[in-house]
Amino acid sequence: MLSALGAKTVETLAAFGRFSLFTWQMGRWLLPGMVRPRTWALLMPELYEVGNRTLPVIAVTGVFVGLVLAVQSYDQLEAAGFERGMGTLLTLTLVRELGPVLAGVMLAGRVGGALTAELGTMRVTEQISALQVMGADPVRHLVVPRFLACLLFAPLLTFWCNVCGSLAGWFVAVRLKHIPSSPYWYNISANVETFDLVLGFVKSLVFGGAIGLIACYKGFHCRTGAEGVGRACTEAFVTSFIVILATDFFIGTFFSGLYRALYGFKALAIS
Amino acid sequence: MDRSAPATNVHPNGEPVVRLEGVRKQFGKLVVLNGVDLTLPRGLTTVIIGESGAGKSVILKHIVRLLQPDGGAVYYEGERIDNLPERRLAKIRPDFGFLFQLSALFDSMTVGENVAFPILEHRQVTRREAVRRAREKLALVGLEGIEKQMPAELSGGQRKRVALARAIAQDPKLILYDEPTTGLDPPRADVINELILKLQHELHVTSVVVTHDMASATKVADRILMLYQGKIIYEGTSRSILEADDARVRCFVHGRAFEEDLQSLQGAR
Ligand SMILES: Nc1ncnc2c1ncn2[C@@H]1O[C@H](COP(=O)(O)OP(=O)(O)OP(=O)(O)O)[C@@H](O)[C@H]1O
Ligand SMILES: [Mg+2]
Repeated sequence: MLSALGAKTVETLAAFGRFSLFTWQMGRWLLPGMVRPRTWALLMPELYEVGNRTLPVIAVTGVFVGLVLAVQSYDQLEAAGFERGMGTLLTLTLVRELGPVLAGVMLAGRVGGALTAELGTMRVTEQISALQVMGADPVRHLVVPRFLACLLFAPLLTFWCNVCGSLAGWFVAVRLKHIPSSPYWYNISANVETFDLVLGFVKSLVFGGAIGLIACYKGFHCRTGAEGVGRACTEAFVTSFIVILATDFFIGTFFSGLYRALYGFKALAIS
Repeated sequence: MDRSAPATNVHPNGEPVVRLEGVRKQFGKLVVLNGVDLTLPRGLTTVIIGESGAGKSVILKHIVRLLQPDGGAVYYEGERIDNLPERRLAKIRPDFGFLFQLSALFDSMTVGENVAFPILEHRQVTRREAVRRAREKLALVGLEGIEKQMPAELSGGQRKRVALARAIAQDPKLILYDEPTTGLDPPRADVINELILKLQHELHVTSVVVTHDMASATKVADRILMLYQGKIIYEGTSRSILEADDARVRCFVHGRAFEEDLQSLQGAR
């Protein structure tokens, strides 16, 4: 019993060590990778893939989340006489929380899974070993472009998710519930600050980086056989999902502390 | 080690290209190599035989440092390489050509790009020159004009030959073939045998061939080693192995089942 626990601990520590080493290797190639034209050549098809796979799903997710939030909150807000603030609430929720998280989850599901499967297959069919034998660093060739693709795309997808969600909210508020349109937008612009945008941007960068790293790591250390690849994909998604939610909490806490220290507490100003 | 027959026609000139000393490797609880000693003499072709799962591929991977031993040492040109940092290893990587058992072609590249890859990686040549050399190597394995195809469109045997062209693409000094003739029709398999001989005679490369194909083994081998339960149990020439005393070697060479396997079959009945 105790020895089983010990073995488990050792295994966990070893896995952590492997992940740290992997991150370190990736980090070492990141800057040289960014200035190397070849990386971008490798990256372009990757970006196209990522965009193609995720833009439609994220649009659908964003729109429905916007619709649901608007419909759910409208009655309560109206009862409190606060319905003009609906756009503000909705946009803040999207920009600070839901946009980065939803885009992150979709990126992890659609792209992270595909990356893990691709690299896992390369591992299982010894393509990664072949790169190594030919003196081509597999981390540099395979991981750096994919990591950069995730890192670049997460903020774009987040922005896209926010836009789709806000428009859906606007549709409910202005078209269905007949709140006047110009105060709707005015309140949004008065209350959504640069700070919120920065927060969302930082979150999306962190999520994108985490997804890229986790997906590539899981693919790289995939067990042999087709079932090994399947398992790596599931593990990559579950790990990414948990990491997204956990880091969301920590970044959120840190930034609200920072905001208070910088500007003090501010209530929303709805006119 | 049981040297049932003295290796008569073997004249290793000088230092062997590769030397393994007491190499041990285990995966989890499974001990695959249990003290393997072997040398690859310069300019000769060494064939390694042994049952499936004996660890032949694992030996090859130790020679090119895809795997590191748990014990023992691997030397290349007199230099210990099993603990060399990757940066220093980069200098000797161009010397190795490796044919993977499952071909390991890059799925995302065309056949031509696959073969040109090691040339571009290891030799200071223009892309155009690399493409020309790649085409030349493909012609050597009898595959002209398929540069634009993707590996997924090829048959197993074609993939193997493309992988062979890639393994010899940058003109390595040491070529490791993991089952080069498996999955090929007999005439094609013999073309590969001839190619191995030709590379040896014309370019004086040192080769190591892992195979189950005894016809191929006897044709290309200067020396034959047999791996059994983690150790090299036999070393001889392609002639002497046919007269080996060791029962395990005889079973393998003459394609008969091992005694204990027969017994377990009978037990199961
Ligand atoms: N990376 C690895 N991780 C875990 N086990 C491995 C690994 N590589 C090889 N093995 C195990 O080592 C043993 C020997 O494998 P190896 O591929 O060398 O056999 P082989 O002699 O080449 O057999 P075959 O003729 O079937 O190719 C097998 O039992 C295999 O499961
Ligand atoms: Mg093998």
